[in-house]
Amino acid sequence: MAISNATLAGLTRTELLEMHYKMALVRRFEEKSAEEYTRGKIGGFMHLYIGQEAVGVGSITALRPEDKILCSYREHGHALAKGMDPGAVMAELFGKITGCSKGKGGSMHMWSNELGIYGGNGIVAAQMPIAAGVAFAAHYQGQDTVIACYFGDGAVDEGAFHESLNLASVWKLPVVYICENNQYSMGMAVGKAWAVDSLLPRAAAYNIPGDQIDGMDIIAVYESMKQAVEHARNGDGPTLLEIKTYRFRGHSMTDPAYYRTREEEQQWRTTRDPIGIFEKKLLENGLATQAEFDENDAMATQVSEDAAEFADNSPDPALEELYTDVMVDNSTALTYRYERK
Amino acid sequence: MRTITYRDALREAIREEMLRDERVFIMGEDIAGYGGTYAVTKGLYEEFGEKRVRDTPLAEEVITGVAIGAALGGLRPILELMTINFSLLASDLLVNSAAKMRYMFGGQPSVPFVVRMPSGGGAQRAAQHSQLFETWYAHIPGLKVVMPATPYDVKGMLKAAVRDPDPVLFIEHELLYNVKGEVPDEGVEYTVPLDRGEVKRPGEDITIITFSRMLHISLQAAEDLAKEGIEAEVIDLRSIRPIDIDLLVDSVKKTNRVVIAEEGWKYYGTGQGLAALIYEHAFDYMDAPIQHVTGADVPMPYSKVLERAALPKKSDIVDAAKAIVPAALVRS
Repeated sequence: MAISNATLAGLTRTELLEMHYKMALVRRFEEKSAEEYTRGKIGGFMHLYIGQEAVGVGSITALRPEDKILCSYREHGHALAKGMDPGAVMAELFGKITGCSKGKGGSMHMWSNELGIYGGNGIVAAQMPIAAGVAFAAHYQGQDTVIACYFGDGAVDEGAFHESLNLASVWKLPVVYICENNQYSMGMAVGKAWAVDSLLPRAAAYNIPGDQIDGMDIIAVYESMKQAVEHARNGDGPTLLEIKTYRFRGHSMTDPAYYRTREEEQQWRTTRDPIGIFEKKLLENGLATQAEFDENDAMATQVSEDAAEFADNSPDPALEELYTDVMVDNSTALTYRYERK
Repeated sequence: MRTITYRDALREAIREEMLRDERVFIMGEDIAGYGGTYAVTKGLYEEFGEKRVRDTPLAEEVITGVAIGAALGGLRPILELMTINFSLLASDLLVNSAAKMRYMFGGQPSVPFVVRMPSGGGAQRAAQHSQLFETWYAHIPGLKVVMPATPYDVKGMLKAAVRDPDPVLFIEHELLYNVKGEVPDEGVEYTVPLDRGEVKRPGEDITIITFSRMLHISLQAAEDLAKEGIEAEVIDLRSIRPIDIDLLVDSVKKTNRVVIAEEGWKYYGTGQGLAALIYEHAFDYMDAPIQHVTGADVPMPYSKVLERAALPKKSDIVDAAKAIVPAALVRS
């Protein structure tokens, strides 16, 4: 098939293939994480992003490098999409000193000052007020940085959601609030938790633009996000995006997902796989070949393998690390001061 | 030195820090046009404008998150919560985010912000507006908790808190805003460290450890004790976390007797924590069990008579001290 020089949503072929690679990387990385979890190399909670790749990759593609993201505890995919070294993400999962948070955070707490990755949060919706604050700081300092804040449909039920949208709207803060509606907050179906079945009326309630997007279509995600980012960067304030998606795995590694049927899961996996949908679209538009997809996938697999090997070979944190990083000046931390003389 | 109120000392600290550093701003409920519920920020809006003196919606959770986020984004926020009683609505962000971020993200972020909030009882504000929660917050590694009691300390410590790289909970007391004391002239630079207590009155016979409003009552009690031949050393903790244990131990080595005087509840509180630390670090120097003067273990009542009965008094401290100073030691 002839390769077209055409673009899709203003994205070049190189950019589109990069998006494809990142989706493949998130998918393979998460599969590798699951394998390592099963082998006992990874502990604690681990929430996989498989099925939701188009949301993180598509929206982050619409950001500039200096823009910042804040996430929930399901943030491996966002960290990778924003450019974090897969080895540093995997080493964090392994609890190693080479991890992006020195092994002190784990799956739910990834950070990078340089890449503008301001954390995964284990408290549902906590990132929403904090994102407003980071956006306020940008605005205060006259920067045109945009803040992207990701959360699940469960966060919508928290008070912080409403307080944050209201304040961000009143103060016209440069933040995009992105609800990844994967249909379940743990096992609670969204239809049982939400009084209204859409976020559009809620956006309207806070006098901000809202959009509802098919989260399995990465181009649709990108285009909507691009508009929201521009809106924020122009000083016009926040946007609320509801991106409808589906997690192909359970809530966390220990969740057998009894609250939904295997048929439902199968239906999504076979007909709504975001990577498959994107590949089909690229092929139809003559923008890529199957060989290129295979090459991306092979590279993603290899990078994930290498990340696991790097993590496995990395040292644990030294025991001295237990007491570091409590305070900036650790002489003001009590244990440090009174018990470690 | 001139004499000004605790309230004016706070305002001067905020103003001087805002003049010194463009990144410093203040936000809170009714701090701009209204001038602050306790009039601490009066005049600042007129001087600095909306950008740096920001009224917020009545939403303690989000405004606390905004202060945290603004600190992460490079600013030096001062957040005023109307009272510490309302901080419980913000406590998730204080405890689960502000206190944790530096550690759980491997030392990468710092959260340099100050939360100012009045606390305490004594103004007939009843059960939901008369509490002290310093003991809850002081339990949490990752936070600093200070409770200055004098105009000099409150100004110097607020300036230090604004410059500190970690989250500082700056707990004021409703009944201290009109207390006067000596403070250097405006613009004369000084700070007071956030991790050191101070001996406010030296004495040989007994140590009274206290903080916030109870400092003033303890100093009055010490005068009464002196008339009865007992010289009390009064230590103002100033900081609840970190605790200046060395200062306490040095005093106990000298006096061998301790009264802890605090306004809050007795059980599982600041005083009990201090007592445990003193026994741990200075047991061999103790000649008598620690006496503990506290507020009554009840929700604060509204009735003037009942509220007075619920709050610790000067005579409670005097009685507690006399109970552990043997007659043989009392100077005639």
